[in-house]
Amino acid sequence: MQAQLISLLESWGVNTAADEVAYLLAPGTIPFAILETIYLTVFATFFAYLIGLPLGIILVTGEAGGIRPLPRGLMRALNIIVNLLRSVPFTILMVVCQPLARLIVGTSIGTTACIVSLTMAAAPFVARVVESSLREMDHGVLEAAQAMGCSPWQIVTKVMIPECKPSLIAGFTTATITILSYGAMAGAIGAGGLGAMSLLRGYGRTWRVVLYVSVVLLVILVQIIQSVGTALCVKTDRRINHTIKKKRGTKQ
Amino acid sequence: MSQPIIELRGLTKRFEGADSVLALDHIDLTVEQGQIYGIIGLSGAGKSTLVRCINLLEKPTEGTVTVEGRELTALTEKELRSVRKSIGMIFQHFNLLMQRTCLQNITFPLELVGTPRKEARQRAMELLKIVDLESKAEAYPAQLSGGQKQRIAIARTLATDPKLLLCDEATSALDPKTTRDILRLIQDINRRLGITVVIITHDMKVIEEICTHVAILDHGHLVERGTVEEVFSRPQSEAGRRLVYPDGVPLELLPKGRVIRVAFNGGTAYQPLIASLAMDCGVLVNILGADTRNIDGKAFGTMLLGLPEDPAQAQKAVNYIAAQKNITMEEVRDYHAGTAD
Repeated sequence: MQAQLISLLESWGVNTAADEVAYLLAPGTIPFAILETIYLTVFATFFAYLIGLPLGIILVTGEAGGIRPLPRGLMRALNIIVNLLRSVPFTILMVVCQPLARLIVGTSIGTTACIVSLTMAAAPFVARVVESSLREMDHGVLEAAQAMGCSPWQIVTKVMIPECKPSLIAGFTTATITILSYGAMAGAIGAGGLGAMSLLRGYGRTWRVVLYVSVVLLVILVQIIQSVGTALCVKTDRRINHTIKKKRGTKQ
Repeated sequence: MSQPIIELRGLTKRFEGADSVLALDHIDLTVEQGQIYGIIGLSGAGKSTLVRCINLLEKPTEGTVTVEGRELTALTEKELRSVRKSIGMIFQHFNLLMQRTCLQNITFPLELVGTPRKEARQRAMELLKIVDLESKAEAYPAQLSGGQKQRIAIARTLATDPKLLLCDEATSALDPKTTRDILRLIQDINRRLGITVVIITHDMKVIEEICTHVAILDHGHLVERGTVEEVFSRPQSEAGRRLVYPDGVPLELLPKGRVIRVAFNGGTAYQPLIASLAMDCGVLVNILGADTRNIDGKAFGTMLLGLPEDPAQAQKAVNYIAAQKNITMEEVRDYHAGTAD
């Protein structure tokens, strides 16, 4: 079968078909690349939220007129830092973060080192995504919570986050996909995964088949994340009357 | 007599900004236990700011707020939060938590004070019974009508047994029938649970319907206050007159002749009364005010007519109207003294 595939590809003018097919079908190549991409994405997203979620909350609650205003100077500084980090192109930030990666994980190259720079690049993005979700919060509901004697902490944990959950989930989906695509670029500094596969083998060696296969796999991953994210977002949103629909459905 | 529950002294609120606005100017107001105190004013009068100063959602620039003998303006943020738990508040747009069921909305304030779950649930079910929405316990606010949402908001605010209920335009987003129902519920709560109520509104009907006392707010000043009868029968201020006689004419321009009120009884076709009066008897009358009310689903129209100064002409008109079917008529004798009713 492998031979047939090679001759088919060669008939389409792919000169390197034999090498490419051998590489792709070698046990472990594709599963390992997928796993590495998932590893990179999951950890970078996790750490990006660890920093970005509180930061996003502070950006909303700490402003003048927010539920827990912070000194203006501090808020300005936070905004500047977030904007600064967001305006540096990721590939450059990645290189800049190499010393930091060495400090934290002991190495400046490879997939794990990339998690550090990915986190640094994604955290301010996540902060903005979280911020925009929380800004959708109905001011009247916050006022009602304050009138009921909620502390700022209770407002954040019991009102803002639960009420904005659908939007936060939608933001989380966007952030995960962005981090996945950033992670693909991280192939340039030695991270593994589908990104490295398409960059180093596909583009670097002009292995077109490998390039397409890795891109198709990335597309499939993005589609899965988006579908799951959207479904979760809709399912958790109680502002939509789907409970009524469901009831109607069971009656039929 | 009764104890003062709210005392505002020299309450002033200035919003700082490019051009600072004096929203409230030295307001003095006392609300006593058990009253339903209406605060009425046109939009921009400072009503919403005033009610927010009572539970200090807005911090007054000057003056003191005392609720149940505690000076709130002197409390720390933390002490204030615990006091707020005994002051209920409902809003124009209900402000329910959209991602929680009705039951969970009502247990929310109980969660804040750490009531055990089972107990909170039980209390919430009792409250749902009070507001007559037991069937909606597991429904989400998005599935409810406006009136139902406000009932849930009322149940939520009653969960912590407040002594005081603040209503900020609580019926302004509701239709007239629902408004009536909600006002009845508030009145019922006031009577049965002895909760003092402060109602902020721009709608005279709300005041007429349930308030015992009223204060009129105009451009940040409290221009008039007293029992509803006092204020409505003899409005002393310009703003008061504007509110009591919304489409009325300035007093000095009122006709010198007799004034009658005619009422069209519900369900019948309206006759072109004014036109037929002019055509059949040649008497011209002046419409001083008109209103249509929906009472038990029937349209009820009233008109206040100023009759000609000539006594003979006036009598002719009175006789003509008295002969009409489905129209009742009464002479308003003390209209010139300032009483409409």
